[in-house]
Amino acid sequence: MTPPTANEIQILALSLKVAGFSVLCSLPVAVLVAFALARFTFPGKTVVDAIVHLPLVLPPVVVGFALLVLFGKQGPIGSWLDRWFGIVLAFRWTGAALASAVMGFPLMVRAIRLSIEAIDRRLEVAARTLGASRLWVLFSITLPLALPGIVTGTLLSLARGLGEFGATITFVSNIPGETQTLPLAIYTFTQVPSGDAQALRLSVIAVVLSIVALATSEWLTRRALRLQSDDRR
Amino acid sequence: MIDVDVEERLGAFRLDVKFAVEAPIVGLFGRSGSGKTSVVNAIAGIGRPHRGRIRINGDVLFDSDRGIDVPPDRRRVGYVFQDALLFPHLDVESNLTYGQRLRSAAERVISQDRVVDLLGLANVLRRTPQTLSGGEKQRVAIGRALLAQPRILLMDEPLASLDVPRSVEILDYIERLRHELAIPIVFVSHSVAQITRLADTVVVLADGKCLAVGDVEDVMGRPDLRPATGRYEAGSIIDAEVVAHQAALGLTTLAFDGGELRVPELDVSVGKRLRVRIRARDVSLALTRPPDISILNVLPGSVASIDDDAGRIIDLTIAVGAARISARITRYSHNELRIEPGRNVFVLVKAVSFDQRSVGYAGAGHP
Repeated sequence: MTPPTANEIQILALSLKVAGFSVLCSLPVAVLVAFALARFTFPGKTVVDAIVHLPLVLPPVVVGFALLVLFGKQGPIGSWLDRWFGIVLAFRWTGAALASAVMGFPLMVRAIRLSIEAIDRRLEVAARTLGASRLWVLFSITLPLALPGIVTGTLLSLARGLGEFGATITFVSNIPGETQTLPLAIYTFTQVPSGDAQALRLSVIAVVLSIVALATSEWLTRRALRLQSDDRR
Repeated sequence: MIDVDVEERLGAFRLDVKFAVEAPIVGLFGRSGSGKTSVVNAIAGIGRPHRGRIRINGDVLFDSDRGIDVPPDRRRVGYVFQDALLFPHLDVESNLTYGQRLRSAAERVISQDRVVDLLGLANVLRRTPQTLSGGEKQRVAIGRALLAQPRILLMDEPLASLDVPRSVEILDYIERLRHELAIPIVFVSHSVAQITRLADTVVVLADGKCLAVGDVEDVMGRPDLRPATGRYEAGSIIDAEVVAHQAALGLTTLAFDGGELRVPELDVSVGKRLRVRIRARDVSLALTRPPDISILNVLPGSVASIDDDAGRIIDLTIAVGAARISARITRYSHNELRIEPGRNVFVLVKAVSFDQRSVGYAGAGHP
């Protein structure tokens, strides 16, 4: 196999940019939602829980269509964003990032929520008696103890984002250089008569990427666990 | 001064406790489910009582009438939990300093070096909680609470998850705290042995109510409290000083207001003060000084009072110098010796009836 071409590198870089940006933006929200779902009972909690999990069970095309309706230039949220902030998501790489964030969100929330629920809450009570405010307890006790779940959730969501196809192609279409991520590029090559070789090359890149992501996940999780069981200095 | 008056409803359980005590170590005694933990939680600010008032040294921490409920992080109440609850993601040193970091420099009266030295933690500072033994964990938990510079230290059954040697070790450390630091301790326990060993004043709880408050020996010996205190071994506590060691004989001599006691050799230096507990049933009486006897402690005294509840067993208090020693004898012996108030008797106590658990270190420092 010859080294990747400039076009392939561009596709790969775009995929990483879209998935990375989506994870970066959705992580704080996911932590907040996971914390709320793990710790509080509030009216409409079941509904929030259902909405968060919806992308996991809906056909991705439906999610993409919903995003198009809501965030499209004429959509209620999309037109508002355009008018007040000049932000346009439809047919832009940021829209692809939104689609991948929405699709990865349930995986992220689930992993973080489980690890928050596993924390012995009496540790937080102990921290309070030692003089820590609620907010400081969150940052010094709760989040560090939830770190394995946060790492797992982030990588699951990242992997989901790199593989995202249905919602992306529906919402932001398949524009080379703007929204054409790895899966979309592979799909495009399979649609032309002589594209099999190209599709195969990109597939190999996808496999390598997945292996790297998995290995990183393993390494980070082990590191996070070691933080909790070993000396830090 | 610890002033507690709280009412709380937890499901079917009703807590309605009122007491005011002042002592270096206050024992909060009661069986499980009597409301001990609810009381210390209320003092620490964990959960909110239905009604009441809590004051420590005059500072109001909670007052339902005036709408005051100081949050736990601003109460400065140290809390040592039953199972240590060390932070698993921090090493021992970071655990110790967790609360200290949140105090201003001016508030840091108890230094880290002092705590490390007092609790013998120098060798475990870099370890993680998971690698510590139960006793070490509890010592770190005590140190962590102390470094948060509390005005009072609450200990909820701190020995419950430890084996006997570890418990004895922690008891020794707690006694060191009593004398080295001027922080009142509320020690929660369902164990008569621990309460009598440590506490000066005891609060007895049963079914969410406060049954009695007072001096440990007075309260724990009261027959009317027996349903709550259980089969309590009546006895007396004597403050004594180590005057000599006789290594060749394997004995240590202690002096108190009323004479000397010989006990199996202790690892405590001469001049140190001790609290010695003598169980009433370990005390025998004689009208004349018995010759050729294995009992090493024979002390002249006189009968001060007789507690006769018309049963087969009679509790006596014997004045030996300024000290009072309780004795428990049968009605038969009572009649045989013609015991009556003021009668001169010899108090006989076997040296072996003093075990490690009944000898507390009341002096500054440690063996």
